[in-house]
Parts: sequence; C-alpha cells; structure tokens
Amino acid sequence: MNTKVSIAGVEFKNPVTVASGTFGSGMEYSEFVDLSKLGAVTTKGVALTPWTGNNTIRVCEVYGGMLNAIGLQNPGIEVFCERDIPFLKKYDTKIIVNVCGKTVEEYVGVVERLASEPVDMLEINVSCPNVKEGAIAFGQDAKALENVTREIKKVAKQPVIMKLSPNVTRIADMAKAAEAAGADAISLINTITGMKIDINRRTFVLANKTGGMSGPAIKPVAVRMVYECANAVNIPIIGMGGISNAEDALEFIMAGATMVSVGAANFVNPYTTLEVIDGIKDYMQRNNVNDIKELIGCVK
Amino acid sequence: MKIYEKAKVTKAIELSKGIFELRIKTNIAKEAKPGQFVMVYPKDKSTILPRPISICEAEGDLLRLVYRVAGKGTKEFSLYEENEDVTVMGPIGNGFPIEKALGKKAVLIGGGIGVPPILQLSKEIKAKEVTTVLGYRNNDLFLKDDFDKCSNTVIATEDGSVGTKGNVLTAIKEQGIECDVIFACGPMPMLRAIKQYAKEKNIEAYISLEERMACGVGACLGCVCKTVKKDEHSHVNNARVCTEGPVFLASEVDI
Repeated sequence: MNTKVSIAGVEFKNPVTVASGTFGSGMEYSEFVDLSKLGAVTTKGVALTPWTGNNTIRVCEVYGGMLNAIGLQNPGIEVFCERDIPFLKKYDTKIIVNVCGKTVEEYVGVVERLASEPVDMLEINVSCPNVKEGAIAFGQDAKALENVTREIKKVAKQPVIMKLSPNVTRIADMAKAAEAAGADAISLINTITGMKIDINRRTFVLANKTGGMSGPAIKPVAVRMVYECANAVNIPIIGMGGISNAEDALEFIMAGATMVSVGAANFVNPYTTLEVIDGIKDYMQRNNVNDIKELIGCVK
Repeated sequence: MKIYEKAKVTKAIELSKGIFELRIKTNIAKEAKPGQFVMVYPKDKSTILPRPISICEAEGDLLRLVYRVAGKGTKEFSLYEENEDVTVMGPIGNGFPIEKALGKKAVLIGGGIGVPPILQLSKEIKAKEVTTVLGYRNNDLFLKDDFDKCSNTVIATEDGSVGTKGNVLTAIKEQGIECDVIFACGPMPMLRAIKQYAKEKNIEAYISLEERMACGVGACLGCVCKTVKKDEHSHVNNARVCTEGPVFLASEVDI
C-alpha cells in the first residue's frame, strides 16, 4: 500500500501535514506527536523581522469552529533559522515554511534568506485576514497575486506553494493566476473572515473586530473550493479547512487535493494528525486501494 | 511532560451557587504543581475548544477542579456525573514559584474564581509565615473550610457580610498584614491593584493571569500578555500565558 505523494519533486511519506499557525514549528506538539510520522510540518508564518501581532482577545469559539486574529506574531526569519529549522531537522519529515510579508520586498527577503536553508518547500501566505497591510491584499486581487508569485519565483530555491484566501468571488481565478505566474502548488483554504459580538458588553469579542474562521463548520466550503480549483489548474493542491478525521481528509483528496492539512483540530485533540494518517490507511485497506494516488481527484 | 487522556469523574457537585467541583482520576494529578491548570475538552462538538481550568487540589491520582459556569463548555461539565469519562490535558503552565517563599513572610491572595488555585498553594508552600487572604462577593465563602485546615485565613467581602468590607487589599491594609512575597490569582482589577501595591511596598508579587486560549500548548499564540522584557518565543514582548505563564512576576507584565 502506497501513501507517498509528491509535489514539485518533493516526496512526502504520506499526504498529511498541518495548517500553518496551528502547530507552531512542531516543537509544541512534539510532546504528543512523533513528527517523523507526518508527511510534512508546515510552520507558523515567518516574516523578515519580528511581528508583535494583534491585541488580545485574539481567539474565540463559534458554533462548530473558532475565530482567530493573532496577527501573525512571529520572531522573524533570523530566530526562525537559528532555532526552528535545526529543531525540525532532527525529524524524518519534510519542512514547509510559511512565509508572510507586508510588501513584495518583504516576501522576497524571507524567500532569499531561506534559499540556503535545508527546508523543502515554501508556502506563501497571501491570505491572512488579520493583518492590515499586505498579506490578504495580494490574495484578493489576481493581478497582485500574479505579481508577488512571479517575484518570489525569481529568487526561490525551493518549490513555492501559494496559499489562497476563500474571501474572494471566484477562487479558481486566483488559482489560475498563481499557476500562470509559476507557482508549483496552491494550498487552500485560509480562514474565512468572520465576526462575533459579545451581546452583554455590546462590543466585538476580538480586539481586531474580525477574525479568521476555522474548524469543522467551514469544511463543506473548503471542499467545494478545492474541487473548483482542481478543475481549474494542473498544479497540485494542498487542501485544508475543518479536517478533523480521516473521512474529512479523504473528502479533500477525492475533491482533488494531493495533500491535506490538519488545522484547528490539533487544538481539539493533539493526536489528530496521527489519527488521520492511520484512518486513511485503514480506508485504503478496507477498500483495496493500493495507491493513494488512485483517490486524488477521483470524484469528477 | 503533558498528558492528554480520557479520565474518570469520581465526584461532581455544585459547591455553591454557580460554582462547581469536579474530581477526576487522572495521571495528571501526579505531576501537577500549584498554579498549574488543565484543559478540559467538552463532548459537545459544537464547542470545539478545550476549557482551561485551574487546579484546586492534586493528591495521588486525584485532581480537584473548582470552576464557575461561564458558558456552554462549563455548563456541560457541571452536568457530569460520577464515573463519567472526561478528556483532559495537563498539567499546563509554570505554576507558582513556591521556592521564592522560603524563609520569607508570604501572603497568598485569591479573589472570586481565583480562590481555588490558591488552595493547593497554601498546602504546599513553605515559608516563615503564611497568611491567606480571600476575597468574595458575599457570605458565599466557597472553599473557606478547606483553607481553614491549612493556613491562617483572612476574609474580605464586597458587601461586608463577612470579614473586612471591601477587597483583599482593604483587608491587608486594615489588618496590617506585612509580607516579603505575594502570590495571587483573581480578576484583572485585583491583580492590577496588587501589582501597584507591591511596587509601592517593594514586595515581590507573583500573579496568575487569565486569557482566552485555544491550543493550551503554546502553538497558537492566542493567549499572550504584554511583557516588559522580550518574550522567549517571539522576542516581541508578548509572552504566552499558557506556556511562559500563567504565573508572572507582576513587575514584568504590562497589565
């Protein structure tokens, strides 16, 4: 039984990784999860310089999900290269570094800095709904997305995944723009912009007013978007949005995702990634599927 | 090492109005230190996030949690019965640095739902002298009997029905309680006042903070508090309450 998949020449032992921002750089969850069992670890977004992030309250629960407005707090690329990459290199897994920036130059700066580092892929966050400048501005305008993708591809030494926002009219158009500019893969969906109001205090729950929604409640939207993108582009897709178990993951794979990411479900159960991997294998065994590739995009 | 496991409820009662007690048989109890907390995972899947609850007592493999019903998650916990399964993770956080009290006069302060974690602290602390000051709204003095067994306890009530009328600091001033070190848990206005008081009196004060959490393991960066020094994780003066906290030296946090 083969669970290996490959994207842009990088081979993953299984199709399961984590959604950026829900797993730190793996360190925090390594108490529970043997990181060597994961297809890849996708890190929290890293910028050129340290980012403070938003004020609290940064997280809240909503029905069947949660909102977050962390604002990409991160220590900057230097600390990341000194601390987080060597930590992850101790494990037999692939490293996908999530990159954030406020300008094209900042994205390019991080990507250039990573060129000489032993990481396997870059995921470009052009879709964070919680920072005011940059980020989502690139992810909601096909021309801007194309431009930033092209500039990054000029300097990137590792394959580039563009992470798409669901907060657009037609996500397939964004997928096509990324592909046209040379992206090696796309990942989707980032969180869906939402809001929660505290009726007793008569104000927003989150200090940022809005936050990105994740969790099981967004899964049908995410599956639909993966399906639409899979039909629009030829580059591989990493699917995510509300995956809590193997059944959820298989929906994404059948809709066209080559890999899947577990996000908020890590908070619900730190062992979710391992349970998803085992569950996929069980499904394959029960249904006589010899190669996971038979399932990718099998629903037309 | 944190433990994530399905544990058994051994006792579930309403301790006083809106305040509930859950006793759980779990290996977490063996590792727990005063001031640490656990994550309790609701079964209702519409409430996806675990609830951070402070450890009131830990003995052998029994954990005693005392919490206020504040929303859907804690409402669910309040309906649990003996022998029921409950998923928990912990122990989480740094806990109170009890070694800082050695040879000193210590005051332990709990306010409202910040009272429970002070109980295990009062049982384990070794100091030259210990006084516990508890602040309540009214004469509903939950856990007071447990405190009387292990320390000299002073009470303040907002309505003046028991002890000093006012808050914990009113009681400290009125009774002329002197100390070298403070350990406190309670609502933010109380912690701010203690920080100010400790600064004026030049007392070391360790305060336990609360913030909305998601993961409980330091990954999501949801529960940060502003710090004077650069934090360990992101180097941006935003420490994680779940990991670098929940207990901070008052002079090192911006609250």
